[in-house]
Amino acid sequence: MFFLETVISGLLAGVMYALVALGFVLIFKASGVFNFAQGVMALFAGLTLVGLMTGTIPITHLTNDALAMPGWLAIIATIAIMMVLAFAIERLILRHLVNQEHIILFMSTLGLAYVLEGAGDILWGSDVKVLDLGLPQGASDWLLDNWGLYVEKIELVAALTAGILVAVLAVFFQKTRIGRALRAVADDHQAALSVGISLRTIWVIVWSVAGVVALVAGVMWGSKSGIQFSLSLIALKALPVLILGGFESIPGAIVGGLIIGVGEKLAEVYGGPIIGGAIENWFAYMLALAFLLFRPQGLFGEKIIERV
Amino acid sequence: MNAKTKTSKKAASAPKDANGSGAAQKTARDVLLSVEHVSLSFGGVKAIRDVSFDIRKSEIRAIIGPNGAGKTSMLNVINGFYHPQEGTITYKGEKRSQMRPHDAASHGIARTFQNVALFRGMSTLDNIMTGRSLKMGKPIWWQVLHYGPARQEELKNREFVEHIIDFLEIEAIRRTPVGRLPYGLQKRVELGRALAMEPELLLLDEPMAGMNLEEKEDMSRFIIDVNEQFGTTIALIEHDMGVVMDLSDRVAVLDYGQLIADGTPAQVQKNQDVIDAYLGVAH
Amino acid sequence: MFYREAGLFKTSYAADQAVFPIPQDRYFILGVLIIAYVAVPLLIEDYWLNAVMLPFLVYSLAALGLNLLTGYCGLLSLGTGGFLAVGAYTAYKMMTAFPGLDMIFVLLTSGTVTALVGLLFGLPSLRIKGFYVAVATLAAQFFLIWLFYKVGWFYNYNATGQITVTPGYSFGVLVTSQKAEPAAKYLFVLSVVVVFALIAKNIIRGRIGRMWMAVRDQDIAAELIGIRPFPTKLSAFAASSFFIGVAGAMIFANWLGAAESGETFGINESFLVLFMIIIGGLGSILGSFLGAGFMTLMPILLKNTLVDYFGLTAVFAKHMEIMMMGVLIVFFLIVEPNGLARLWQIVKEKLRLWPFPH
Repeated sequence: MFFLETVISGLLAGVMYALVALGFVLIFKASGVFNFAQGVMALFAGLTLVGLMTGTIPITHLTNDALAMPGWLAIIATIAIMMVLAFAIERLILRHLVNQEHIILFMSTLGLAYVLEGAGDILWGSDVKVLDLGLPQGASDWLLDNWGLYVEKIELVAALTAGILVAVLAVFFQKTRIGRALRAVADDHQAALSVGISLRTIWVIVWSVAGVVALVAGVMWGSKSGIQFSLSLIALKALPVLILGGFESIPGAIVGGLIIGVGEKLAEVYGGPIIGGAIENWFAYMLALAFLLFRPQGLFGEKIIERV
Repeated sequence: MNAKTKTSKKAASAPKDANGSGAAQKTARDVLLSVEHVSLSFGGVKAIRDVSFDIRKSEIRAIIGPNGAGKTSMLNVINGFYHPQEGTITYKGEKRSQMRPHDAASHGIARTFQNVALFRGMSTLDNIMTGRSLKMGKPIWWQVLHYGPARQEELKNREFVEHIIDFLEIEAIRRTPVGRLPYGLQKRVELGRALAMEPELLLLDEPMAGMNLEEKEDMSRFIIDVNEQFGTTIALIEHDMGVVMDLSDRVAVLDYGQLIADGTPAQVQKNQDVIDAYLGVAH
Repeated sequence: MFYREAGLFKTSYAADQAVFPIPQDRYFILGVLIIAYVAVPLLIEDYWLNAVMLPFLVYSLAALGLNLLTGYCGLLSLGTGGFLAVGAYTAYKMMTAFPGLDMIFVLLTSGTVTALVGLLFGLPSLRIKGFYVAVATLAAQFFLIWLFYKVGWFYNYNATGQITVTPGYSFGVLVTSQKAEPAAKYLFVLSVVVVFALIAKNIIRGRIGRMWMAVRDQDIAAELIGIRPFPTKLSAFAASSFFIGVAGAMIFANWLGAAESGETFGINESFLVLFMIIIGGLGSILGSFLGAGFMTLMPILLKNTLVDYFGLTAVFAKHMEIMMMGVLIVFFLIVEPNGLARLWQIVKEKLRLWPFPH
């Protein structure tokens, strides 16, 4: 019973990871960039949301109830802000780095992460914020009474949301014209340009969508543990998730997240007492490392054939 | 300039007269490398099917064929970069089912690439010096001090590389980062890097691609000089038929991964299968 | 017209391959060294020592080490913090176990141990390339920090989990802990850094440096030339880790005097050093120094302007610093991916022509 609970808890934690990993996959699929700032974007989105809902005036941290918005309006406003952010990122950063090596693009997202983090701190302050969107809190009574399992309702909601999001995104990528264009851009910037795909539009779209995904992730994590700085460190956790699942696979992000989530919990609970706690800190990376040695393309990725 | 190249060409074409009797003089020569019944596939795609041919010492062997015929893949197999699923490679008498890149390099096989694969972060001189890597090996303690054996080794190899730079007439661009060189010069530097390995077998993948007439004449001169002065065996992938006919002793023709002709330039030129392949006749 | 190579003809390859072929460069470096060795010790006092000179020097060494791996060999490493920790903890164990040992040997041991650890975490590079190597280094980072936190042996089982430095001597002079003379600490660290910079230069201009750069630029072509990528990458890991280990030991012993695994050597340290080499210039020894200097001075400058001059809070300055770091990274990547070192080169090129326009 305890084992089952641990597994379920791990699965649900995994869903949370997967949500963040999704944002990474999107951007990677469309622009070949590993967006290190994805985690910070989730943090930033969460901060903006809370700020709007409590009517906080940026920088001064003054709360003015007159400015406070109801939850649904705040979400829409935050989405709009994330789209503006995507626009700004494309204009100020991506546009100037067309066709640079991936490592340079990665490092620019590193810089972006720091910018957003600093900006978030300055605008909204670095204290932990409570996010109350009226999402169900507490443990699921039904599961507790009938099965003796302690599972939080918020995590179930997160799982459901992730599922819907994945389905929507999968359809978007496979079936729509824009999805095709996104895949072309991920393959080769210049080739895509030469067939008339507007890199700029594509990138704004992708980063907006990633921003929305970041917002969802931020909302889920935030409702569970409050909006705090550690959210930005999720970016680091996403790396093992993507290695397991393959950098370009949406289902891979989910599966990878689940495996990491379960693996971490099991390692902590069963391995912890033997080696000494806090294994969670490094387990995911070691697992990713093992994967890199034996199956570098991940579970769902494509095998890379080199040409000379 | 023209007189010089014409002289080189004349000198080179003297032993290779049109009806191929020159080639007969070389049949007695040893076989340096041969591939037997080599097949290579990537997943479902068969790049090479049951190809066998050989390369004799000190000859210039051309490998030609339409795009996608498997020519570069063949070179990659010889190099050890690709491992064939079937077949054997016999080099200098030693038979093996696949080559390893380090083995190939240390036994005297050097290579240039279709898309120039120079080390962009380094200068011409440094690029060619990397070709000497196998000949240098003084341990790190001396490297760190840059004194004694390491320094001697560095200077000795620098001198060798300078000979190559003279030979290829690229003194002026010694210190230029190769990324800044025009395409034709990059190809020349790449040849220099291959020559620095003191190879017995030199694999050239489309060395004339993208060059104008004058550059082609220069490159042809270098190839002939390398073959005649150093006795280096050369295997050459090339699309320019004029170059192929003028330079090579024997030609192997690939199409859709299969060997469709093998002989002297004159023989191959008249071969109907070859003509069909190039004209795109369905077969 | 004053700074030029025209008229300078080298008559031997040796002269052509010298570290500073242009006389003006030689004089410049000589001048810098004289100022560093003579003028600074006379003027130095505790604040400048601990706030500027020591961090600049130790981070220069760390940046140099990381540059060997990431800049010259193309293997992105996010594990610098962890390797710094290895150096520091090794130094601690050595100093507590062998109190009389000269600091030079302590540093050498730290370097060697870190090199071995670096080799271990470099093993995955056999199968994985470029960006993905970063994951192996991340694993190293988190695992090592956890190790030094969990396993009591590393901090001699003391209650706080922190390591504090004991007096350490080099050639009879006290160079660690607060009782040491600022000038003594400074000269010791300076000498170590100068020696290692020279070592780095020698490695880079020789066979090994070329192998690293070849594997970085075209690993397939390099293999076909006969350069084995795997041992080459391992050697880069080893050399880089050695440098970083020594830097870590000095951070602990000569500069901070105390350290705590997660706080002092966390992932932020890894990013900090990475930023130094990006801003300073990847694949450049000078760049490592410039980047380290820049990142050491920037927080101080920011604090002085924002807090002292504008009267804003220190917290605000800290956040501004984070933002500025990000902005600078992006700025440099767009405008000059080869960093400050390349800008310096451009200045020198202009100097060659000055005062003529072209």
